[in-house]
Amino acid sequence: MPATTTHSEVETALRDALVEFGAEAEAIHPDATWEQLDVDSLDLVELAQVVEEDFGVQITSHDMQNLKTLRDVSDMVVARSA
Amino acid sequence: MRRRVAVTGVGAVTPLGVGARTMHEGWLSGRSGISDGEGHCSDFDPGAMLTAKAARRADRCTQLALAATGEAVVSAGWADGPPCDPERVGTVIGTGIGGITTLVDNQDALRDHGPRRVSPLGIPLMMANAPAGAVAMRHDLRGPSYGTVSACAAGAHAIGAALRMLRAGDADAVVCGGSEAPLVDLARASFAAMEATSTSGVSRPFDARRDGFVMGEGAGILILEDLEAARERGAPILAELLGYAATSDAHHLTAPAPDGAGAARAMRLALADAGVEADDVDYVNAHGTSTPLNDRAETAAIKTSLGARARGIPVTSLKSAIGHLLGAAGAVEAVATVLAVRDRMAAPTLNWGQAEEGLDLDYAPDGPRPLTADRPVALSNSFGFGGHNAVLAVGGAPA
Repeated sequence: MPATTTHSEVETALRDALVEFGAEAEAIHPDATWEQLDVDSLDLVELAQVVEEDFGVQITSHDMQNLKTLRDVSDMVVARSA
Repeated sequence: MRRRVAVTGVGAVTPLGVGARTMHEGWLSGRSGISDGEGHCSDFDPGAMLTAKAARRADRCTQLALAATGEAVVSAGWADGPPCDPERVGTVIGTGIGGITTLVDNQDALRDHGPRRVSPLGIPLMMANAPAGAVAMRHDLRGPSYGTVSACAAGAHAIGAALRMLRAGDADAVVCGGSEAPLVDLARASFAAMEATSTSGVSRPFDARRDGFVMGEGAGILILEDLEAARERGAPILAELLGYAATSDAHHLTAPAPDGAGAARAMRLALADAGVEADDVDYVNAHGTSTPLNDRAETAAIKTSLGARARGIPVTSLKSAIGHLLGAAGAVEAVATVLAVRDRMAAPTLNWGQAEEGLDLDYAPDGPRPLTADRPVALSNSFGFGGHNAVLAVGGAPA
């Protein structure tokens, strides 16, 4: 793991995960909402697992309620891993 | 008068290929789908018919059920949705084991990486009702839906339960059948430990040299509808589902009662439910697993239930061509039985070459047998570990 985590690293990891979950690659951008990406609660739990594994940051289901976009997630991960 | 029930569509994914017709024609021609001692659906590509998201949200056993259902609804003329209120369409799909690949993968994740790496999809993919839930969701079927779980009788129980659902007036149409995807080392080792599976890798039901079943994967789905409603909409009527019965051996966890008494009782009750006599039966699509115990007990059951008629009709096993699909077996065999009465042709038992004393019915080892009745009547037998017996009675389409 690098000393500091960048937004770009987090967004790339999340993008790869969402594509694996079945989201349209072209539709994925940092401000797309979960609804626009057809991401549901089960996908979000899996996203949280990816974040924990790749960046060592634990995101709870309580946190998730306030995270509406990919950018929200990457902001939180960067802030917590700083 | 009791409601009559038509089979208006069928679908199957089996080791013989994708499609009910592929299975039917392959078996009739004596082709085997077994390779390396197992029945793989190697022609099945989940990505060809499911979105990446749908495929990921489904264990292989559910993927197979979705594929077979896709074919069945098209063949019934339901491509644009059911011909009645979706709230009046049921879904009953059986499985013997459920999502065992998902179970094994998540157990591995738990052991190797700890509980936080177990997938949130673990339980919803492995649960035995997942195929029924996924099919109902995909086709927006809003009537009663559930899975049946009775080992190798699950597919037949599902179809029987669907028949009852229609007769009871709880639904006007039902998507029913069974699905199984057991080809993982845990299942291989467990069946081998109990000496249920063949060490030779050859499925030869009713042959003296049989040494166990050959495990296979696949799914079979039937569309059942009220016969009159099906006629009114001009639906293709492949066959009539005449009757169903189920019994228990209450004998042993895995072995059938040696005299086949529970199986014979299910066959007699299915005939009574169908309103036909033993002498009306033209064909028995046997459970015929290729295990020493089943094939002996089943032969005894057929003789007990059909009397003298047993010796005058073909008794054949699809498992000789595709292996044992466990919870899907009763469903793909029901599909095969429907197509047998429709085409009035019983497919052969493959790999049979050596008689055993007492196993002396016409297993049709040398080729298909024509069914000469205008509307042939056939029984499809399914028996499961746990002593579960389920028998379906299928008749040719009414004129």
